[in-house]
Amino acid sequence: MSIFINESSKVIVQGMTGSEGTKHTRRMLASGTKVVGGVTPGKGGQVVDIDGTSLPVFNTVAEAIAATSANVSVVFVPPKFAKAAVIDAIDAKMPLVVVITEGIPVHDSAYFYAYSLQKGTTQIIGPNCPGLISPDQSNVGIIPADITKRGPIGLVSKSGTLTYQMMYELRDIGFSTAVGIGGDPVIGTTHIDCLRAFQDDPDTTAIVMIGEIGGDAEERAAAFISEYVTKPVVGYVAGFTAPEGKTMGHAGAIVSGSSGTAQAKKDALEAAGVKVGQTPSETAQLMRAILGR
Amino acid sequence: MDLYEYQARDLFEKHSVPVLQGAVATTPEQARDAAAKMGGKVVVKAQVKVGGRGKAGGVKLAVDAADTFEKASAILGMDIKGHTVHQVMIAQAAPIASEYYVSILLDRSNRTFLVMASVAGGMEIEEVAHTAPEKLAKVPVSAVDGISLAKAKEIVAQAQFPLDVADQVADVLVKLWETFQSEDATLVEVNPLVKTEDGRVVALDGKVTLDENADFRQPSHEALVDHASANALEAAAKEKGLNYVKLDNGQVGIIGNGAGLVMSTLDVVAYAGEKFGGMRPANFLDIGGGASAQVMADGLSIILGDPDVKSVFVNVFGGITACDAVANGIVQALELLGPKATKPIVVRLDGNNVLEGRAILNAANHPLVEQAETMDGAASRAAELAAK
Repeated sequence: MSIFINESSKVIVQGMTGSEGTKHTRRMLASGTKVVGGVTPGKGGQVVDIDGTSLPVFNTVAEAIAATSANVSVVFVPPKFAKAAVIDAIDAKMPLVVVITEGIPVHDSAYFYAYSLQKGTTQIIGPNCPGLISPDQSNVGIIPADITKRGPIGLVSKSGTLTYQMMYELRDIGFSTAVGIGGDPVIGTTHIDCLRAFQDDPDTTAIVMIGEIGGDAEERAAAFISEYVTKPVVGYVAGFTAPEGKTMGHAGAIVSGSSGTAQAKKDALEAAGVKVGQTPSETAQLMRAILGR
Repeated sequence: MDLYEYQARDLFEKHSVPVLQGAVATTPEQARDAAAKMGGKVVVKAQVKVGGRGKAGGVKLAVDAADTFEKASAILGMDIKGHTVHQVMIAQAAPIASEYYVSILLDRSNRTFLVMASVAGGMEIEEVAHTAPEKLAKVPVSAVDGISLAKAKEIVAQAQFPLDVADQVADVLVKLWETFQSEDATLVEVNPLVKTEDGRVVALDGKVTLDENADFRQPSHEALVDHASANALEAAAKEKGLNYVKLDNGQVGIIGNGAGLVMSTLDVVAYAGEKFGGMRPANFLDIGGGASAQVMADGLSIILGDPDVKSVFVNVFGGITACDAVANGIVQALELLGPKATKPIVVRLDGNNVLEGRAILNAANHPLVEQAETMDGAASRAAELAAK
């Protein structure tokens, strides 16, 4: 098992005919993901050949679902058109929509998140995220598939490269699923959603949670861990040296006054019994100690 | 991007939120002329993006144009919490009967928008929230539904605005929502919103924060950017499209890929630097996924141009990017920079094609470059070199 995606996930790529979409469709296929088609409005009816796999292109997500029974969509559409693409997927009742696009205006992501809540049939991951991978089963997004293998660790992180770093540090042990939830102020799937899913997943025995400055998602996750999670959790928080009022790369990574600081997040996690590492490597060591490897 | 008060006022006016006359001035002469044009008493207000300017003496009433000249002379050039005052706003003075508070903002915790409204205006709203939370109405607003007149009336009732201003305040809320939405703002705040003695409701002071991700559809926002007060290195980096933030009191220049990894790199350097007399990171610089030679050269030249920097730490995890491409980027960047590269550079590469990447750097054998196998080890070495 794994969370959110597995070997039977059927994936369509919104924006597949664009350069990023094509590049990452190729990578997803190479890592064994069942990519079954793409969506580009106005290009419906075309067929794209990617390394010997013929993929049909549809005008809408609804058409793509009708023809392919896809149950996951991954969005590589540029910021300008991302809102329309995600709304198309929600209207088609796509169960899982993974939004990779970086730089979407927050009014647009707040809108499609609110819209998904109203409809109640779509889970969004992202935006501004690397996607998720259940190694050796399915890879939706841009996470490199060859860093590690299937294993017992669940990983949830706001950051893409820290996800890769942590997968690399623990590559010999392996992961059930690694989810990059994204660094934007409004995201569809939170640390808590992933923690709940990992707790309920029989193949996950321990969890790594990576957070960063900004907002209070880590504090909320800490409260949730106290209440619900019985599996061991190790944590890491980036941004101790970030000054107040400056955005550190991710649109959501900003300390405002005393809120959103790394120290507050670390304290909250430790109070919930999470062992928090001072560096990514130390965090990996804490996980090794827990698993005895 | 945070706006100055006068810019917020202009945006309000554009969206028909009621405001008083106002003008911006950079010299006492301009201030005097603006006051003469308005006639009567005016308020001279320092334009700084920091709170507490009133207590610092940055807001003064002037009785006429000549007095405005005097007051503007005193305020221009003043230092308010480290911010030098380069501009003043000349605002029409109005007799105030009551002060209120309203704002619309992005509520990250609940992933929605939020209206806050209170009849206890004119003070710090955090203080109201803390000391008298019952006086602050907080009403979630869905991005899909927005603020209709009916919704605005509901908010006004919940915040217990007096009946004689209820309709006007509701109208202000609808117009503020239009401002918030059509300008891609993440905050619009009016504090105070006032009732004048003749019964009009007017936005007297405002704060607006705009979402830079929406710049592609907000061409007018470019004109609101405050180029003058930006850090020179940050301005140069922005011109090159680099994601760079200058940090105070740092000695180790940082380049990495991915916002999270770079943030983490800063922390690991500060942690390692404790053993070397408190060496700290000098900047945040994320060169993103595809680190071409040109991007690496641009990044290195910004960092090497920072006089605070004593050593550089390049920390790259090859996810999609291959380490050999990054290594080639570093070698070519150093060729491009030539004698301008003068500070030691510690490189840590890991991930995709790491062996090829390390081999390329070894073969180039540049005197300033040394490699480290781990992030923690590299951070320690970069701090040690900075302390020399």
